[in-house]
Amino acid sequence: MSTTVAPQTPVRPRRFEALGALMRSATFDIGVLILLFWVLCALFGHWLVPHDPYASDPLNSLVAPSGDHWFGTDQLGRDVFARVIVGSRDILTIAPLATLLGTAAGTAIGLVVGYFDGWVDAVVGRVIDALLALPLVIVALLALAAVGASNTTVILVIGLTFAPITARTVRAAVLSERHLDYVLAAQLRGENALYIMFAEILPNVLPPIIVEATVRLGYAIFAVATLSFLGFGIQPPSADWGLALSESYTLMAGGAWWTVVFDAAAIASLVIAVNLVADAVQGVLDR
Amino acid sequence: MNGPPPSAFPTFGAAKGDQADALTIVGLTVAYRSRGREREVLQDVTLRVKRGEAYGLVGESGCGKSTAALAVLRYLPRNGRVKAGRISIAGRDVASLNADALRGMRANAVSMVYQDPGRALNPSLTIARQVSEAFEVTGASADEALSRTAEMLRRVRIASPERVMESYPHQLSGGMQQRVVIAMALACNPELLILDEPTTGLDATVEAEVLDLIAQLRAELGTAVLFISHNLAVIGRMCDRVGVLYAGKLVEEGTTADVFAKPRHPYTVGLLRCLPREALAKASGRLDTIPGSLPLPGSIAQGCIFAPRCKLADERCLRDAPPPYRIASAHGDQMARCHYHERAHMLPRSTEEAPAYVANGEDQPLALSARNLSKTFRVGDEEVRAVHDVSLDLVQGETLGLVGESGSGKTTLAKLLLGLVSPDKGASLELEGAFLPERVTKRSDAQVKSLQIVFQNPDSALNRAHSVRRLIARSLSKLASLHGEAKEQRLHTLTEAVRLPARYLGSRTRQLSGGLKQRVAIARAFAGDPRVVVCDEPTSALDVSVQAAILNLLADLQRERRVSYVFISHDLHVVRYLSDRIAVLYLGRIMEIGRAAAVFDGPQHPYTEALLSSMPSIDGTHAKRIRLSGELPSAANPPSGCVFHTRCPRKIGAICETETPPCRDADDGHAIHCHIPVDELRILQRQER
Repeated sequence: MSTTVAPQTPVRPRRFEALGALMRSATFDIGVLILLFWVLCALFGHWLVPHDPYASDPLNSLVAPSGDHWFGTDQLGRDVFARVIVGSRDILTIAPLATLLGTAAGTAIGLVVGYFDGWVDAVVGRVIDALLALPLVIVALLALAAVGASNTTVILVIGLTFAPITARTVRAAVLSERHLDYVLAAQLRGENALYIMFAEILPNVLPPIIVEATVRLGYAIFAVATLSFLGFGIQPPSADWGLALSESYTLMAGGAWWTVVFDAAAIASLVIAVNLVADAVQGVLDR
Repeated sequence: MNGPPPSAFPTFGAAKGDQADALTIVGLTVAYRSRGREREVLQDVTLRVKRGEAYGLVGESGCGKSTAALAVLRYLPRNGRVKAGRISIAGRDVASLNADALRGMRANAVSMVYQDPGRALNPSLTIARQVSEAFEVTGASADEALSRTAEMLRRVRIASPERVMESYPHQLSGGMQQRVVIAMALACNPELLILDEPTTGLDATVEAEVLDLIAQLRAELGTAVLFISHNLAVIGRMCDRVGVLYAGKLVEEGTTADVFAKPRHPYTVGLLRCLPREALAKASGRLDTIPGSLPLPGSIAQGCIFAPRCKLADERCLRDAPPPYRIASAHGDQMARCHYHERAHMLPRSTEEAPAYVANGEDQPLALSARNLSKTFRVGDEEVRAVHDVSLDLVQGETLGLVGESGSGKTTLAKLLLGLVSPDKGASLELEGAFLPERVTKRSDAQVKSLQIVFQNPDSALNRAHSVRRLIARSLSKLASLHGEAKEQRLHTLTEAVRLPARYLGSRTRQLSGGLKQRVAIARAFAGDPRVVVCDEPTSALDVSVQAAILNLLADLQRERRVSYVFISHDLHVVRYLSDRIAVLYLGRIMEIGRAAAVFDGPQHPYTEALLSSMPSIDGTHAKRIRLSGELPSAANPPSGCVFHTRCPRKIGAICETETPPCRDADDGHAIHCHIPVDELRILQRQER
């Protein structure tokens, strides 16, 4: 029988290849650096800042930026620099958890809908379309009216409004996979639908799911900030940026720009960082 | 650059004429740059295509055939560049042309026909629009272009050009689309026509028609042709001279007759031996293969590139790259890059010749039996009957070959047997004498593991997210209920049985070559010690040398394990090699079934006759060709009476249109569904031999 000469060059597994390509991309590196900065702030910022971010000092309210208060103080005399630094804590907990929930739920729905096709697709597909028509803020308003404002509510609201969007992406990916012969081969082995969906198809649709999740994370951060600004999200006395904006934006007219600008810049930097990462991930995985 | 400088390498086989050659390539070296490394995919290729000549470029995938075509047209992708050498078309140096002149040359002097006509045509333009465009670029007015379009379509034997011109590409069949593409290519009356695997995606009967057409057009127009194909038989039929590419080098060149009759390079010798030929069957011996695999471009820096796989190679071959040796042969000059070209034909076989084949006894028990299988698909409001009342018996240890054009219901029939689709009411299946439920989900574990499949395309059939080990191990635990140490042990015996080196177990399938992938798929199918394996075109995506190894493997496994195959293929030689019996399908109906030798030798159903005469053979002996006219009718609306009557070259009269033909017995279980009596068929067909 023929002896097979093997190619002698070892082939690196693709996952490391993808990681290598990501590391080489400047957008990814910048995004990750900014993200890392805010994560470190959320974890350790409390011990590093010169002032207690929650201590109010009415005598020193609305002090302009100075050597003592680098970013000035807010209406209640709290140090804005300290609050901006620790203000990432809530948003960096809520947004990823909401994204995780939305991605997990969306993936499960998308797999089932895509795999079973037929009437399941028709029914669930229309329900998804209906859900997609509801704006986030309206859903949040309803949920808060029903169960009250809390971080859990925010996670649930954002996660569940994101799920149908992810589900649609996953469904499309599954549809192109399920007609490949490996699905038939699995059926011919006597595998059940659950195994085929999660062990056979899921690994092959991971790239679009990962891309979708990173994009969603950016939207989630934005959504948390929006809800907090509107008063439906994170509640006082948190140092959250969106909340800070809603407390202070009226002071802009009085010239206290520092109460708003730094928080706004913080939100912007975080959203941009996540989008840079999402862009790089998409560039690598969608090849 | 390896080898002698171009000037020391004269062109072969032609006296210098007054006119320039249609194509001259001298010392062409092309490199692709990827990941910072440059790899030479073509090295020092020299060839010439004379005016009016058909030159065949043959080689396995990855040898650089298409790169050569792209380089000629200056269509190389951005990371490719011509490192050395000269290309001239009709005497004009291609490299020196500026953008305008290059466009002019592509518009007027050279045309190309690609493999997939469906992709070469713009789906949103009518045929009239896109073909006439080809005339407009040569300077014709819109009206003139349209009238010349109609004329050209008639020229490529399209019966009703007006109707076709109004159509969109998707409304035409594959063969018709390829005719349109050829018409477009001929619009500028090119000096050189490059055909890159023009019939690879087509059915045998359509392929034969398209090849006939190309041959006729060449006779009429005198166009020079560069014909690129992996199919030696097609090249043998179409070309005056042939060049064999291996790993980017032209290893042999000469007239087709000389090269095929007496190849002077061991690679060509091996390639020709890999082919299952007429009258070759698994009982008469194993196919020879070429050991090893194609080296990466540029990985062999010293000596002959074929040396690592060559059984004739010695130290000299590993040390010195052979120069192009010239040999005077019967029909003209022959060139071979082999130090030992005079004894290339003595290349030792790389597989043992004839295994002790256990002939199938007559009294073997039935493995699988199917009665009255039909399958109707509902497409919109139409009912499409993909399989119509098929009954089959499969004896243990035998191979039943299923042949027929695409759309004949072969794959649907396979899926019915496997239980992947439900048959219409009235069907019954039996596995080794016991009732077999219709759907795989209703079958017992023992039945599930007894009936397995090897798919056509391993890329689609093997989950690319899983490692080879996981792919096979999962089948072992699921089908053979093995776990732990026992599973590990069986995994190793199984990979050994399919000759899959153990070092690949940790790899993903995309790191494997096509042949290795198919071995994984075969290992998976054999995990549960199946009784019946459906092989759905298992070698059609593979190169011939790999195909030979896989066919040997399937035959070996069958001999060792007494497994039965249902073997589907459009390649009749392949079917002939592996099959004990053959069933010929047309529009979901069995037209003929019988022992393989009987079906091939006749008497035959007229459809089988047409199929057989459409297959190109490298031996160059062709029975009188029978061509089918017309298109495959729609299965939604099959013709009345005998479904084949609309295309049958032996139609006898009204009875064919009104009555379903009887099943006539031609001895030894050989059944033919035809109105013509068997004896009469025998006489008719013998006359024309």
